[in-house]
Amino acid sequence: MTTAKTTTAETAVEQAEFDRLIESDSRVEPRDWMPEAYRKTLIRQISQHAHSEIIGMQPEGNWITRAPSLKRKAILMAKVQDEAGHGLYLYSAAQTLGIDRETMFEQLITGAAKYSSIFNYTTPTWADMGSIGWLVDGAAICNQVPLCRASYGPYGRAMTRICKEESFHQRQGFEILLELMRGTPAQRAMAQESVNRWYAPALMMFGPPDDDSPNSKQSMAWNIKRFSNDDLRQRFIDMLVPQAEVLGVTLPDPELKWNEARGHYDFGPLNWDEFYEVLAGRGQANAQRVAKRKKAHDDGAWVREAARAYADARMEERLAS
Amino acid sequence: MTTPGDSGARETWPLWEVFIRSSRGLSHVHAGSLHAPDETMAVRNARDLYTRRAEGVSIWVVRASDITTSDPDAKGEFFESPQGKEFRHASYYSESESVPHL
Amino acid sequence: MNHSNHVKSTAITAESIADSSVVASDAVARYALGLGDDALVLAHRLGEWITNAPELEEDVALGNIGLDLLGHARSLLTYAGTAWDRSEDDLAYFRDESEFRSRQLFELPNGDFAQTIARQLVSSTYFVELYRALSLSRDATLAAIAAKAFKEVSYHLDHSTQWLQRLGLGTEYSRERMQSGLTVVWPFVAELFSADPAADALDAVGFDGIAVGVESLRPAFDALVPRLIVAAGLTVPELPAARGGGRVGIHSEALGPMLAEMQVLARAHPGATW
Repeated sequence: MTTAKTTTAETAVEQAEFDRLIESDSRVEPRDWMPEAYRKTLIRQISQHAHSEIIGMQPEGNWITRAPSLKRKAILMAKVQDEAGHGLYLYSAAQTLGIDRETMFEQLITGAAKYSSIFNYTTPTWADMGSIGWLVDGAAICNQVPLCRASYGPYGRAMTRICKEESFHQRQGFEILLELMRGTPAQRAMAQESVNRWYAPALMMFGPPDDDSPNSKQSMAWNIKRFSNDDLRQRFIDMLVPQAEVLGVTLPDPELKWNEARGHYDFGPLNWDEFYEVLAGRGQANAQRVAKRKKAHDDGAWVREAARAYADARMEERLAS
Repeated sequence: MTTPGDSGARETWPLWEVFIRSSRGLSHVHAGSLHAPDETMAVRNARDLYTRRAEGVSIWVVRASDITTSDPDAKGEFFESPQGKEFRHASYYSESESVPHL
Repeated sequence: MNHSNHVKSTAITAESIADSSVVASDAVARYALGLGDDALVLAHRLGEWITNAPELEEDVALGNIGLDLLGHARSLLTYAGTAWDRSEDDLAYFRDESEFRSRQLFELPNGDFAQTIARQLVSSTYFVELYRALSLSRDATLAAIAAKAFKEVSYHLDHSTQWLQRLGLGTEYSRERMQSGLTVVWPFVAELFSADPAADALDAVGFDGIAVGVESLRPAFDALVPRLIVAAGLTVPELPAARGGGRVGIHSEALGPMLAEMQVLARAHPGATW
């Protein structure tokens, strides 16, 4: 964008056009003028989302070599691979806002950019593959479906593709747990123990309560976010309870109860201290997750450079001939 | 004017835009982008990334920096001409609306 | 509109074999078991790359190759199991190292990316020739598995060929890595084309039979791989062949730890389903 042009009067015209797009629930596209804060918010949110997909490969990747049947091994490989794909779709979308993947990678490694805290929890049992699919991917889908209508075109399009693929993720997780609950006493115990660990962290994936969520209001005004954290959390819990009944697992909240008057389930308080602690780096695996990502990237540097050198040499040959 | 998302010089591999023909009889449609060292690898990466669920029968890739776009700052002028020329559309001709096969 | 995202396809799968009434003879099952083990062990190794690849796009690429091979393994092991009333998982998870019939090349540790590409180059060339021939087998199930696998491994060969060139002709460092990757895998090439007792117990494909005599595939390998290596600015290693013996249950030290990891959960819960 030519900087000389952006006089105050012209900015006002551009701002009015942007406001009109948002107000009419239209879409903002990459080369459109947009307020700097909108651009920054999107870069923050989309890159955080991309990093979550990429870091999220690790807790599940941990079980690819130990999956207990060949069918589960294939499903898990496909799922973790999908997450790499989803990360790539999102990095592409962020890249249209004028940030490159290398910079986003650096932000992840230095901690300047966040990823979903849930992936700092570890996966000590196979049942965690089920819980991640059912609860973590389930919560993610609740969050993501409205994002398919996000006001920024490339983000919405990436999310549409992701949501389509993600539905298999939740189902495969549910079926892992279902199979365990139909199995031996040891398998059933494994499933319940895992659900006990993942339930509350999954609910906290929707973010802090609306009153403590400073960025939410602006994101909703810009049609990036369509529903509040608390609304989405409630919607998720209402869906989970009957699914838990099908599974035969107990959701670890003694206060969970149907409220006829509200038409929703009431639920007990969540431990937000834990949420903020994990966010601040005191989760089970924060350092390992980032270190592993950095190692893969660093170990691959010579491969990327070799391919680049090869391409450059071919290009020179072509130009010379 | 280059395409949005042109990765510039910082990245080892450049950015490529990917277009997929989802089935015979349809156009190639923009699917997204990816990084690859050259066009040979770009079309292979596109196959792995964008057609894992049989979404395509043909792939185009083009280097993001090779795409020329219309000037977004001049989009008002650029796309003004068709405005007000409703007579280019069949719906303009209301007198013949009830006549069959027209 | 005719939508291209098929959920049901006509491709042969482990499930479709298990659901059919087809039963392999003991001799055919022994042959399929070796082929299935080859594919399983290599698929497992490629699975180890996911989250560790040199670029995210390559995580996806190696994942696809691993998934193809796992598909071949599942079909072949399921088919083998029909002879003995054992499932693919009985065979994969409840046999010990000495009962595995995989050739030693496939169990080699991944090493760095160049070593994996070297192993893929050799493996994919072998698989292309094997499945091309096996698709003509008189055994309809083996022929169908091979016909699907042939198309997939042809792509795998393209993938490894592309990377061989880029690493061989890329930087000085990548050339060294690629050369040393070839050095690691080369001693295991000979075993791929050495006799397979299970195949020898069956009539050969070329004579309207069932199994592929792999000795006959070596010329095709020799016509292709050394040429690709030289074209990538590298040297064809001249190294003595390893002793081999995978098809009779003799393995390198790499397989035991791999199986211990792969089988640990399944063996902790015998009789469980997942």
